[in-house]
Amino acid sequence: MTPAPTIRLRGTYHIEGQQLFGPIDVTLPAGQWTCVLGRSGVGKSTLVRLCAGLPCTGEFDGQITASDGADLAERVSFMAQSDLLLPWLSVLENTVLGARLRGQAPDIQKAQGLLDRVGLSAHLHKKPSALSGGMRQRTALARTLMEDRPVALLDEPFGALDASLRADMQELAAEVLADKTVLLVTHDPAEAVRLGHQIIVLTPDAAEKWPTPPEMPIRDQYAVATISCQAGLLARLRQSP
Amino acid sequence: MIQLRYAVGATAFALLLWQGVVWITGVPAFILPSPLRVAQAAIANRALIAENALVTATEVILGLMIGTVLGAITAVPLAGSARLHRVVMPLLIFTQAVPVFALAPILTLWLGYGVASKVVMAVLIIYFPVTSAFYDGLTRVPADILDMARTMGGTKGQIMRRIKIPHALPSLGTGLRLAAVYAPIGAVIGEWVGASKGLGYLMLLANGRAKTDLMFASLLALVVMTLLLHLAITKAADSLGRR
Repeated sequence: MTPAPTIRLRGTYHIEGQQLFGPIDVTLPAGQWTCVLGRSGVGKSTLVRLCAGLPCTGEFDGQITASDGADLAERVSFMAQSDLLLPWLSVLENTVLGARLRGQAPDIQKAQGLLDRVGLSAHLHKKPSALSGGMRQRTALARTLMEDRPVALLDEPFGALDASLRADMQELAAEVLADKTVLLVTHDPAEAVRLGHQIIVLTPDAAEKWPTPPEMPIRDQYAVATISCQAGLLARLRQSP
Repeated sequence: MIQLRYAVGATAFALLLWQGVVWITGVPAFILPSPLRVAQAAIANRALIAENALVTATEVILGLMIGTVLGAITAVPLAGSARLHRVVMPLLIFTQAVPVFALAPILTLWLGYGVASKVVMAVLIIYFPVTSAFYDGLTRVPADILDMARTMGGTKGQIMRRIKIPHALPSLGTGLRLAAVYAPIGAVIGEWVGASKGLGYLMLLANGRAKTDLMFASLLALVVMTLLLHLAITKAADSLGRR
């Protein structure tokens, strides 16, 4: 795997002639978590799609560059709110899906190791329908890790989990994605403050950097600085736009 | 089990009603034979019915197999290329506008009185429902899953093989369930137009000789055969959906 690059995204995004956001200039520092918040429909998921090189409905006028100058395509992994597990495949087969889709022989040992790391070694041959929500999302995380890409794009991956599971998953993800450049889209100020080296509030006009508490993530959710940052962030999100 | 009890109950009720109508109206047996008489005819002619049922069953099963394979191998490239879909789908719909019944005499002329013309009739009648159901399944994979597959660098062929086709199998099952009911219609129409064997042929023969009880017995054999086929395919389709 190549070292995680810094990514810079500059430009404006239009849908059918209407500006969705921009002009913005966002830098995702190498090996760090950047959390993006903003109102629904402001274009947070579009940022993820642009970085992933996925087709978008509108037009992006700008550029996305990596610090090492290489193409981002095939260096990103993607995790969404729904776990996107294929119901006819087992946990293990879902984890090695990427290699199968590229027509390569999967590294089963590595997959077993990763599933062990996310606490699923006893469930390798179960189908997703036999798993709880948390186990399904851990399988999705193992699948993301299996890809071993330097950039991870996470679009509200923990949004559907209950509070305690979400906290567990945040810690697990922070641990296993520690050396990667991560873009996390979230609706939850607490999640952003806990995980983000950098927090960005996306509005139709700009991508505002929000100051983070001085200690490094993953932050103590009970610390005064964390709670106060969350409160400030929530107040900012409730303002319009 | 409860469903089976209802089915048996409803059938028994229909038979009783039928027998009652025959008794009350005193309608002659060559117009409407009683169920009892049909049963007697079925038992008396069991070898004849079985021999002809075997021919029809062969036509139907061959038609189903060929129609399913053709339908499936048409749907896959159509789902893989929007351009191909735009070109081919109107053609397929156009061919569906031609009544298959009207083609039966021509097929008999071209392919003869044997099994081939009936198999082709069955294939023609099921090809479109199978293609259409499978195509729908192939093109309705959630966009998020395809996005993920693209970011993983999946090739078009592997995405088709490992995601789209498995996702579409339950839809193919739905198409096959329809096909199981349609295919016998194609085979029997083929037999009516020109055949020397098969349940359709036997029905025409019995009708022409005013052996209405034998005609009903043949019809009954056809219904039982279609139901068994539907049951078998439903079981197979359910296992496709459960994987």
